[in-house]
Amino acid sequence: MARQSNDTPVSNHTSTLGTFRSLLRIYPYAKSALPRIYLGMGAALGAGLVALSIPLVLEALVDGPLSTGDSSQIWWAVGAVLGLGVLEAVFIALRRWFVLTPGTHVEAAMRNSLYSRLQDLPVAFHDRWQSGQLLSRAVSDLHLIRRWLSFGLVLLVVNTVTIVIGAAVLFYWHWLLGTIFLVLAVPIWVYGFVFEKKYSIIARRSQDQAGDLATAVEESVHGIRVLKAFGRGKYALRNFESQAESLRGTEIEKAKAIAGIWLWLLLLPDVAFALCLFTGVWLASAGEITVGQLFAFFATATVLRFPIESIGFLLSMTFDTRTATDRFFEVLDTTNTITDPENPATIPAPKGRLRFEDVRFRYADSPEGVPDLLDGVDLTLEPGETMALVGLTGSGKSTLTALPTRLYDVTGGRVTLDGVDVRNLSREELRRHIAMAFEDATLFSASVRDNVLLGRDDLDPTSPEADATLNEALDIAQAGFVRDLPDGVGTTVGEEGLSLSGGQRQRLALARAVAAKPAVLVLDDPLSALDVDTEALVEAALRRVLASTTALIVAHRPSTVMLADRVALLENGRITAVGRHSELLASSEHYKFVISSLEDEEKREAAEQIDRALADDTREQEEVSK
Amino acid sequence: MSSATVTGVEGEERDDFTKQESAQIRRRSLTLLGSLLAPLKLRVVLTMLVVVISTAAQVAGPALIAFGIDRGLPAVLDSNDWMPAFLIVGLYLFTGIVGAVLIAWYTVLSARISQAILIDLRKRVFLQTQKLSLEFHENYTSGRIISRQTSDLDAIRELLDSGINQLVSGFLYMLFTGIALFLLDGISGLVLLGSLLPLYFLTRWFQKRSQSLFRQSRVASAKVIVHFVETMTGIRAVKAFRKEKRNEEHFGGLVEDYRGVNAKVIQLFGVFDPGLVFIGNVTVAIVLLVGGFRVVDGSLAIGALLAVVLYTRRFYDPMEEMAMFYNSYQSAAAALEKISGVLEEKPTVPDPVQPIDLWAARGHVRFDNVRFAYKGDTVVLPDFSLDIPAGQTIALVGSTGAGKSTLAKLISRFYDPTAGTVTLDDVDLRDLHPKDLRRAIVMVTQEAYLFSGSVADNIAIGKPEASLDEIQAAARAVGAHTFIESLPNGYDTDVNKRGGRVSAGQRQLISFARAFLADPAVLILDEATASLDIPSERLVQEALQTLLADRTAVIIAHRLSTVAIADRVLVMEHGIIVEDGTPADLISGTGRFAQLHAAWRDSLV
Ligand SMILES: Nc1ncnc2c1ncn2[C@@H]1O[C@H](COP(=O)(O)OP(=O)(O)OP(=O)(O)O)[C@@H](O)[C@H]1O
Ligand SMILES: Nc1ncnc2c1ncn2[C@@H]1O[C@H](COP(=O)(O)OP(=O)(O)OP(=O)(O)O)[C@@H](O)[C@H]1O
Ligand SMILES: [Mg+2]
Ligand SMILES: [Mg+2]
Repeated sequence: MARQSNDTPVSNHTSTLGTFRSLLRIYPYAKSALPRIYLGMGAALGAGLVALSIPLVLEALVDGPLSTGDSSQIWWAVGAVLGLGVLEAVFIALRRWFVLTPGTHVEAAMRNSLYSRLQDLPVAFHDRWQSGQLLSRAVSDLHLIRRWLSFGLVLLVVNTVTIVIGAAVLFYWHWLLGTIFLVLAVPIWVYGFVFEKKYSIIARRSQDQAGDLATAVEESVHGIRVLKAFGRGKYALRNFESQAESLRGTEIEKAKAIAGIWLWLLLLPDVAFALCLFTGVWLASAGEITVGQLFAFFATATVLRFPIESIGFLLSMTFDTRTATDRFFEVLDTTNTITDPENPATIPAPKGRLRFEDVRFRYADSPEGVPDLLDGVDLTLEPGETMALVGLTGSGKSTLTALPTRLYDVTGGRVTLDGVDVRNLSREELRRHIAMAFEDATLFSASVRDNVLLGRDDLDPTSPEADATLNEALDIAQAGFVRDLPDGVGTTVGEEGLSLSGGQRQRLALARAVAAKPAVLVLDDPLSALDVDTEALVEAALRRVLASTTALIVAHRPSTVMLADRVALLENGRITAVGRHSELLASSEHYKFVISSLEDEEKREAAEQIDRALADDTREQEEVSK
Repeated sequence: MSSATVTGVEGEERDDFTKQESAQIRRRSLTLLGSLLAPLKLRVVLTMLVVVISTAAQVAGPALIAFGIDRGLPAVLDSNDWMPAFLIVGLYLFTGIVGAVLIAWYTVLSARISQAILIDLRKRVFLQTQKLSLEFHENYTSGRIISRQTSDLDAIRELLDSGINQLVSGFLYMLFTGIALFLLDGISGLVLLGSLLPLYFLTRWFQKRSQSLFRQSRVASAKVIVHFVETMTGIRAVKAFRKEKRNEEHFGGLVEDYRGVNAKVIQLFGVFDPGLVFIGNVTVAIVLLVGGFRVVDGSLAIGALLAVVLYTRRFYDPMEEMAMFYNSYQSAAAALEKISGVLEEKPTVPDPVQPIDLWAARGHVRFDNVRFAYKGDTVVLPDFSLDIPAGQTIALVGSTGAGKSTLAKLISRFYDPTAGTVTLDDVDLRDLHPKDLRRAIVMVTQEAYLFSGSVADNIAIGKPEASLDEIQAAARAVGAHTFIESLPNGYDTDVNKRGGRVSAGQRQLISFARAFLADPAVLILDEATASLDIPSERLVQEALQTLLADRTAVIIAHRLSTVAIADRVLVMEHGIIVEDGTPADLISGTGRFAQLHAAWRDSLV
C-alpha cells in the first residue's frame, strides 16, 4: 500500500546552503517583481510612519491650538488629522498594489517552469519520484513562496528596519536603558539560530509528509477499482490515517518550536521592560533623566513590541519558504540525462532502418553482480520490415522498445535510425520518426479526434487531410465504434470524459500510433485486449500499413507474430535467434517454449476426450446395472 | 432553477449561485464546520480562556508601567520608599511571564485544534471517496479529489493558522475600547456607532465579490491540479507523442487563469483593507470635529477630548488583522463549500440500510431480468437473466466492447443494475453486508493496478492480516515467486508508482496472487492473463484448476485456452448472451463460438 516514500530521493534534508543563499535562488524569478516589492516596502514604511505620527499630532493639536478654545483652529486640526488619515490609507493601498500582483506573476512563472522541467525530465526520473511529491511542490510550495514574497519578506524587512531605528531611539533616551534592551536581545539571536536549525528540519519533514499524503490520496483514487474489488476501503483508510497522523505529529512539533521562540520573543521584552522600569525609576530618582524622558522611552519601546513579536512567525514563514524553495530546486537541479544534442543531426527523408548495436541497458536500481537486463542486443530492422519481438514475461521487451525513442537511454552500445545514433537527433525529430503504442493504453482528456491525431501536430485539425488521416487510422485499428459514441469523434474520452472498454482504449492507442504515420512503428503488445475476430481484422488492415513502415512489435501470441516478416527472440538479455516464424519454430527450443501452446492444447483435448469417454462408460454401466 | 442543482458536487464549477443556492451551500458547509468543531468543544473553550487571560495580561502591562511612573517613582523621590517600585516591577514581571507562557501554550493548543480538524476532514473525505461509487469517480476525476484533499485543505488550514487569538483578542479589544468610549463620552460613542454603517457596507461588498472570486479560485486551482496529475500519469505518452509544447501552452493558460483570479482576490483585499483604515481615520477626524466644538463651548473637557480621540483611533487598530482573518475565512469558506459538496454526495451504489449477513457463501450467482445502462438510455446490457450455480466455472467470451467487463462489474457490485436484481445465494447484492460481499466476491480487474509500496504489501491487499508465508504461498501458486525473489529486495522491493518497477506480465501475476490470497467464493477474472507469456499463462491455468475446483468463477478472456478449464461458456455480443453451453457442445456446433474457437485454434502453433 501507499506508505511513506522512504526512498524518495530527497533524504538529504539539511542542504548546505544557508537560508539566505537558499532563498536568493528565487531571485531570477522574482527579479522583475523586485522593484515593485521595494516600492511596497517603502509604502509600508510610509504607512507605519504616518500611523505613528497620527497620535502624536493629535496630542499636539489637543494640547496646543484646541486648548486655546479658538474654534477656527478646529477646522485646521481636523483637516490635518483627516489629511494624515487619508495618507495612511493611500500608503496601505499603495503597498498592496505594489506588492501583491507581482507576487502572483512570480508564482505563475515558477509553476510553469517546474511543469516544463518535469515534462523534460526523463521517464527514469518519474519512475523514482512520487507523484504527490511533485504535486505538492507545484501547488503548496509555490503558494508559500508567493505569500512570503508579497507579505513575509516585506514585513520582515520593514519590521527589522523599525526595530533598528527604534533601538537607536531607545539609546537616544538613555544609554543604560538602551543597553539593557540590547543585552536582553542577545538570547533571542542565539535562540534564533537554534530555532532555524530545529525548525527547518521539521518544516522540511512536514512538507515531505504532505507530499506523501498527496501521493496516498492519488493512489487511493487511481486504484479505486482494486480497493473496491477487495473491499479494502477501510484498510486504505488505516494506512492513510497513519500517514496523516505522522503529519499531524510533525505539525504539532512545528507549533511547539514556534511556541518556543514566541515565548522568548514575548518574555525577553517583558523582562527588559521590567528591568528598565526599575532602572528608570532609579535613574529618575538619581536625577539622571526626567519623568518625561522616561515616559517617552516607554512609549517608543511599546511601539517596538509588535515588530519584535512578529519576528517569530515571520521567521517561521521564512524558514518554511526556504525549505519550499529547496524542494522546488531539487526538481529543477536534477540533471537531465536525456537531452538534445548540441548540434542535432537530422534525417530529412527517413527510410526507417532501425538498428540495435550491442545495446546494453540496466535500470539504475538493479543490484551489482546482476548482469545487464539487455546484455548486448544486436538487431537490425530493414526499412519496411516488420519484426516481432518475442520473449518471456520480464525478459526486457518493453524496456527494449523504450530505447529507440529515448524514453530511456542505452547504458552501452547504441541505437541507430538510418545510421544516425538516436542520441544525435533532437528528441522532437526522433519522436516524429518513431511512434509508439504502449502496453497500457493512455488516453488523455480530449476528444477522440485529438487523441488519435496527437502525433500529428503538423496537420491543421480542421483540414480535410486531418479527417482523412483520422478515418484511415480508425479504420485500420477497427475503432469504428467511436462513431456511435454520443458526439462521434468529438466525444471527450480519458479521465475527464467517457470511459471505454479495455479493448476500445487499446484500439484508440493503436490508431494514434498509426495516424502519426512515422517511419518506424513500435508497438508493445498492441492486440492483447482484442478478441480473435477483431484481432484478425486489425492485423489484415495493419499489414497494409506495415508493408511500407518499419515496425517492431512485441508479441506474446502466435497470432500477433503472424503479422511479422521476421521474429526476434529475446532471451537472457540478448537476441538469441532471428528468423521467420516457421524457421524458429523448427530451430529454437526456447522459441517453441515461449510461443507454442499447441502441444498442451492437444494433450488437454485428448484428455478431455478420454474423460468424456469414461463418463459415457460409467453412464452406460449405470444404465446396465439398473 | 430549482435548488437541487447544487446538491453534492453538481454545479461545483459555477460561481453565480442564486441567493437560495448560496444559502443552501452555506448551510451545508456550516453544518460541516459545526460537526468538525463539536468533538473539540472543550478544547476550544479552554483555548479561548487562555486567549482571554493572556490578552488581559498583555493589556495590564502598559497600565502597570504607567502606574509605576505615576506612583512608584514619586514614592522613591518623595520618601525614598522603594517598596511600591519593587512591587510594581514584580507584578509586571509576573504578568509578562504569565502572558508569554499563555501565548506559547495557546500556540500549541490552537495547533492541536487545527490539526484535529484537518485530520478529521482528511479522513472524512478519504472515506467518502472510498465509499462513492465508480460512477462518481468516472465523472469527477482523480485530480479534483486530490485538489480537494490538498489545496482546499491548505486554504482551510491557513484560516485555522491565521491566528484566532488575534481575532478574539482584537474583538475583545474593540469591545472594551468601544464601551470605554461610550462611558467617557456618549456623543463620540454614537459617532463611532455611526461609522459601523459604512464599515458594514464595505464588508458586505467585499464579502459578495470575494465569495465569487474565491469560488473561482478553487475551481481554477482544481483545474491546474487535474491537468498536472494527468500529465504526470501519462508522461510516457506525452513524451512519445511530443505533447510537451502543447501541454505547456495549455497548462500555462490554466496557471494564468488561476493567477488572474488570485490577483483579483488580492486586489479586492487591496481595496478592502485601506478602505477600513480610511473609514477609521475619517471617524477619528469627525470625533475630533464634534468634540472640538464642544470643547470650545465648554461642554467637554480638553483632557476628555484627547482620550476620546485616542480611543476612537485605537478602536480601529486591530481592524487590519481582523480583515486579514476575514479574507482567509472567505477563502476557507469557498474551500469548505467544495469539500462539503463531495461529502454530501450519496453513493449511487449505497451500503444497505439493513444488511443481510452471509457468513459462508456458496457462490450461487443469479441475474434476474437485469438491464444496465451506464448513462441515460444507452443500454449496454439489455434485459437478460442468467443463473450461475455454485461451483461452476464460466468462460465469458465475445468481441471487445460487448459488455463482458460490465457484466463482471455487476457481479462485484461496482454498479447496481438499472433494472432487475443480481443475487448471491439468493440475497440481493444491494442487501448483502458489504464485508460479506467483498469477502465472497473478488474481481481481478482488466487493469492490474499496483500501489507504490512493497510487493508483499501489494499482494496482502487480498488479505491484510496474511503472514509472509501465506503471501509467498499465494505467489508460488500463480508462478510469481521466482521473479519476485530475483527483485533487488525480494518481497520488500518497492514496485514504484502504479507498479512501474515490474513488467506488465509481472504486474498481472502480482494481482493474481492477490486474488489467490483473498480466497473468495466467487472469483472474477477480467482478462487477467492478457499480458502473460504462454508458459506463465499455462502455470496460472494449472493453478486455476486447483483453485477453482470448488468455487464459482467467471473468466473473461480472449485467449480461448481458458475455455478448457470452464464448465460452461457464454458468448456475448452487443450486450446479449448469444450462446450458452458446455465447451464441447459449443465447439462441435456451428455457432459463433465454434467459429471463434476454430479461428483461435488455427492461430496456435
Ligand atoms: N522502471 C524500472 N526500474 C527497475 N526495473 C524495472 C523497471 N521496469 C522494469 N523493470 C524490470 O526489468 C525487467 C524487464 O521489464 P520489461 O517491462 O521490459 O519486461 P517485458 O519483457 O516487457 O515483460 P512483459 O512481457 O511482462 O511486458 C523486469 O524484470 C522488471 O522487473
Ligand atoms: N464507465 C463507463 N461509462 C460509460 N460507458 C462505458 C463505461 N465502461 C464501458 N462503457 C461502454 O460499455 C460498453 C461495454 O463495455 P465493457 O467494458 O463491458 O466491454 P468489454 O466486453 O469488457 O470489452 P473489452 O473486451 O474491450 O474489455 C462499451 O461500449 C463501452 O464503451
Ligand atoms: Mg512488457
Ligand atoms: Mg473488458
